[in-house]
Amino acid sequence: MTAIEPRLGWARWRRSWWYHAVFYAQTWRGSVVSSVLFPVFYLASMGVGVGHLVAHHHGLVEGQSYLHYIAPSLLATTTFQLGEGESLWPVLASVKWIRVYHAAAATPLEPHDILYGKLSWVVTRSFATGVVYSAIIAAFGAVQSWWGLTLPLIGALITLAFAAPLTAYAARVESDASFTMIYRFAFVPMFLFSATFYPISAYPGYLRPVIQLVPLYHGVALVRAAAFGQGSPLALLAHVVVLGAIALAGIAWGRVTLRRRLVD
Amino acid sequence: MLEARGLVKRFGAFEAVRGVDFAIARGESFGFLGPNGAGKTSTMRMASAVSRPSAGSLSIFGLDPREHGPEIRGRIGVVPQDDSLELELSVRLNIEMYGRYFDLPRRVLRERADELLEFARLSERADSKVDDLSGGMKRRLTIARALVNRPELLILDEPTTGLDPQARHLLWERLYRLKREGVTLIITTHYMDEAEQLCDRLVVMDNGTIVAEGAPRELIERHSSREVVELRFGTDAHEQMHDVLAPYAERVEVLPDRVLLYVHDGDDALRAVHGAGLVPVSALVRRSSLEDVFLRLTGRTLVD
Repeated sequence: MTAIEPRLGWARWRRSWWYHAVFYAQTWRGSVVSSVLFPVFYLASMGVGVGHLVAHHHGLVEGQSYLHYIAPSLLATTTFQLGEGESLWPVLASVKWIRVYHAAAATPLEPHDILYGKLSWVVTRSFATGVVYSAIIAAFGAVQSWWGLTLPLIGALITLAFAAPLTAYAARVESDASFTMIYRFAFVPMFLFSATFYPISAYPGYLRPVIQLVPLYHGVALVRAAAFGQGSPLALLAHVVVLGAIALAGIAWGRVTLRRRLVD
Repeated sequence: MLEARGLVKRFGAFEAVRGVDFAIARGESFGFLGPNGAGKTSTMRMASAVSRPSAGSLSIFGLDPREHGPEIRGRIGVVPQDDSLELELSVRLNIEMYGRYFDLPRRVLRERADELLEFARLSERADSKVDDLSGGMKRRLTIARALVNRPELLILDEPTTGLDPQARHLLWERLYRLKREGVTLIITTHYMDEAEQLCDRLVVMDNGTIVAEGAPRELIERHSSREVVELRFGTDAHEQMHDVLAPYAERVEVLPDRVLLYVHDGDDALRAVHGAGLVPVSALVRRSSLEDVFLRLTGRTLVD
């Protein structure tokens, strides 16, 4: 066999992005149908069903019908679940069980290329999911502002804020023992208590600062603000900064843990 | 094409590779022989420009892997110990998708996958899920995948561990073919027959250091006798046999289950042993192998 000129090319991480895209194209069956049916069922059940009760007892929630009030938060919880779901077990499998990241590290890719490729792919999926979900949420009448067009971007930011640090964490552990604990004691409470189903004003005053420490709360607040075109610019900027800072810190941490795992 | 001097790899306080020197020429087939834990895999990972040396110097294709890692890796193929294949995907896709990491255009990848499937004798299984392949087939696929960038240097870590004899021979035959085509091979193994079959030259590693270097025959001639007589006596008697048998051999090695006599002519020696009224339960005369070299150099057997 003759040698070929090695192609270094620009931005090697995009090769890893492609790899994930092709992999997904091979294995997506089922996930697309459920990603359309789930939000419709969810909004029908929670919004129309529970919403009927709420309307009966209280009328409107912050000026919105209950269906409209919770519809945008569905985008936040879904993109959050996409971020964590693509991170813990899949990453540990890739570095430890089937070791496909090790195989990738033997090619021109550097560990950070593998990281960027993975995260950019998850963000791509999140954005695509966000487009579909935004359309469904709009169809239920819950998108009331042109700011609603930013919903897929907000979704992508939420996904990255979870996928980056969790990928970094999964790349450094030796077993999945802690993952179940994280689910039970972090993800489930986060899903339930991030002002997902009711306004933060439903909590007693002393609990509100605690809720504000929860990352997903900032995602929920952002999607709601974008859908309704409400909220003070400063508060919104703060939410973006919190999520962005978590994402950047996660990326920086992931560069360290993946390098340690794959190269040292 | 590859030169290492005083190469060291540390993991915390543990020193896996303790200052090894070796040089590999283009077209050569070079082996690292040693037991598990000898530092072979750590050395391989450095030689494939993946893991960074803790100390010492390393040059691959005349380049420093610290600065030119991606470029060097683009010219190397690596067959890791564990296959690390995508089990859910088809055989063909495993090759094509890996080729993307080298930025090869899709048209080229399709052609190359055909070629490599042929080479690995997997053409008929091209569309099977990898999960359904036998161990030997997975191994061949891993080698095919490693060749997708047409590497000048192919690095194989324990290529036939866990394979049945038939699968091993097929794999060896494929590796010969690559060698004939001019691909430089680096092979680690703890099977001495594999090292003898495949390697032009090899180093014996033990405990993170290189204890001997040379062509397989050369090493055997230098460190062992021409033939070996393997004798088995009653279970506990072996220890005491050392002094009794010493007069009949150049060297006597006592193992838990047998005694080895290192001699020039095995049949002569065996006759002399019988003549002295010693009656072993079983006796075998064979040529010296790398296993004997390893035993001589380290006092331990390769495969426990």
